[in-house]
Amino acid sequence: MEAADALASAPRRSAGRRLAGLFHGHGGLQAGALLSGPLAWLVILYLGSLAVMLVAAFWSVSPLSGELVKSLSLDNFKTLVDEPVYRTIAGRTIAIASLVTLTDAVLAFPIAFYMAKVASRRTTAVLVVAVLMPLWASYLVKVYAWRQMLSTDGVINWVLNPLGAHGPGYGNTAVWLVMSYLWLPYMVIPIFAGLERIPNSLLSASEDLGASPWTTFRRVILPLAFPAVVAGSIFTFSLTLGDYITPQLVSNNQFIGNVVYNNVTGGTNLPLGSAFAVVPIVVMILYLLVARRLGAFEHL
Amino acid sequence: MEETAAITVDDGERERPAESPEPPPRAAAEPPDVRLAGVRKAYGDVVAVAGVDLEIAAGEFFTLLGPSGSGKTTTLRMIAGFEEPDQGTIELAGRDMTGLPPYEREVNTVFQDYALFPHMTVGDNVEYGMRVSKVGRAERRTRASGALKMVRLGGFEERKPSMLSGGQRQRVALARAIVNRPRVLLLDEPLGALDLKLREQMQVELKGIQGEVGITFIYVTHDQDEALTMSDRVAVFNQGGIEQVGPPAEIYERPATRFVTGFVGVSNVLERDGTRFTVRPEKIRLLEATDDGQGLHTERGVIRDVAYAGMVTRYLVQLDGGGELQVVRQNLETSSSEALEQRGRQVTVGWRPEQTVAVLEDSANTRMEDPQ
Repeated sequence: MEAADALASAPRRSAGRRLAGLFHGHGGLQAGALLSGPLAWLVILYLGSLAVMLVAAFWSVSPLSGELVKSLSLDNFKTLVDEPVYRTIAGRTIAIASLVTLTDAVLAFPIAFYMAKVASRRTTAVLVVAVLMPLWASYLVKVYAWRQMLSTDGVINWVLNPLGAHGPGYGNTAVWLVMSYLWLPYMVIPIFAGLERIPNSLLSASEDLGASPWTTFRRVILPLAFPAVVAGSIFTFSLTLGDYITPQLVSNNQFIGNVVYNNVTGGTNLPLGSAFAVVPIVVMILYLLVARRLGAFEHL
Repeated sequence: MEETAAITVDDGERERPAESPEPPPRAAAEPPDVRLAGVRKAYGDVVAVAGVDLEIAAGEFFTLLGPSGSGKTTTLRMIAGFEEPDQGTIELAGRDMTGLPPYEREVNTVFQDYALFPHMTVGDNVEYGMRVSKVGRAERRTRASGALKMVRLGGFEERKPSMLSGGQRQRVALARAIVNRPRVLLLDEPLGALDLKLREQMQVELKGIQGEVGITFIYVTHDQDEALTMSDRVAVFNQGGIEQVGPPAEIYERPATRFVTGFVGVSNVLERDGTRFTVRPEKIRLLEATDDGQGLHTERGVIRDVAYAGMVTRYLVQLDGGGELQVVRQNLETSSSEALEQRGRQVTVGWRPEQTVAVLEDSANTRMEDPQ
């Protein structure tokens, strides 16, 4: 009886407190409530559109009326394999993406090494800002700047012509140059983070055990930093693979992205565009599987 | 009830220890294994090591003891070659090593954080030194497994360091260093990260391993018990310089300066008739009323504080003649309640006059007054 009285006279708990009481001790429920919003966004909007695209890849366009035929067939993929032009474009895109990745890795490693292991704390901070600064400027502005520099009477030729040389002009080389420039920060930062995680005592230990600086680099630093390089390469490779503006502005060559863009926005063949868009996705999935085996995901 | 017995103070160790280093035990003919002469190192305005002279004999277990920031680790790093002295020379077996990079010195280091290579197996870690110096594969294997057996980790070759406990990593680090048969092994607080029981066990093992391999050990620690237990000789560091060098018993029983007195044990420093001296807490007796204190120097005081520590009880006695003394008494018959009741009591303390040791001003202080 007394207990019941006590319960009745207990102050009424607000809705918020009752909700808090419900969550208390139920970690799963708590996490679920917190994540439901972002999760819905990810599933419905992001993966949903991807799914629609994947389905559309199996549709076709009626050659007579130009209307969508929503029945599933593998014709689009057959076209991609059979028509040499698509193979050339896919090959070019993947080759330049690989080249850009390699270039960025080679350029980024010394920068990152200097930042992580050589420079003073202050210099490192300045360099981090310097590396990230290009990302503050608009992508388009940077590509147009390169377009100007690479043009026949651009600054590159202005410097090189008196020496009897001339710049690369527009073309694959230009795409490679501009892409390497654009994505370099995405390579520097993961390698920098990876190198910073190597304790200096490991380098001392290697030296102490008789290893010259080069041996220390080869046997200790490089193996420990390699997963970070792979992590950075995920960015440089996928960003190059998906780009279609740079190729359009500094070359006359098409990338996978250009074909997709033209087929979709031009309204000529949405299903074929969708099918071609599957190619970089598959390439990236394979790439990520390899990257995971190399331990890159611990460095993202 | 002041006894008339004069405070006789032992003058035996008056000289500055740094100026008269102990003759190393078995270095009669050959040069010392390690010799530091006038070594000095500063980082900007901060003087880390201010003129250190040391001679360490072959096969010695030599400890650099001192609080953090006293320069002991910097000294070790200079012997290893990770730091270069601003002044002075470092010799290894009579050869000048100053300016040589670490990989050209016949020393190996056991690091405080072990510094095992995480991407290599235990076996590859131990073989690393031999691999970079191009020792053949078969010999590498044999020597590595021998070294791992010595640290009681036989059969652990294929494991990764991340799968080992702290104590096991410590042993791998030790095996990785001694397998190269260096002339000198440097140990930078290697037991610092281990818990007390494991630490005590490793102390015994380290000492045993040192006897087995016969390599000179230079051991850095801030733990005076560790230093006293393991070392053949100890150098006590303070503010970048050495206060005293000597065997553990001498460091403990005849501390040369006030700093050594306080750092290696308890700072029981009194000043009587213009002489400063110390007497170790276990050498002081708490006298009963019936005890006439025959042959002792006695003083009266009040027990200010009592700490019961199981095996012993520590009393803090405020002396009527000025100063405080810590007295340690074994709990032969005393119970904790009896011990704690002593607080606030008037007592007479006594000690044999020959148990007192004169202490000098710290050499760190005289260095400060007389730079260079």
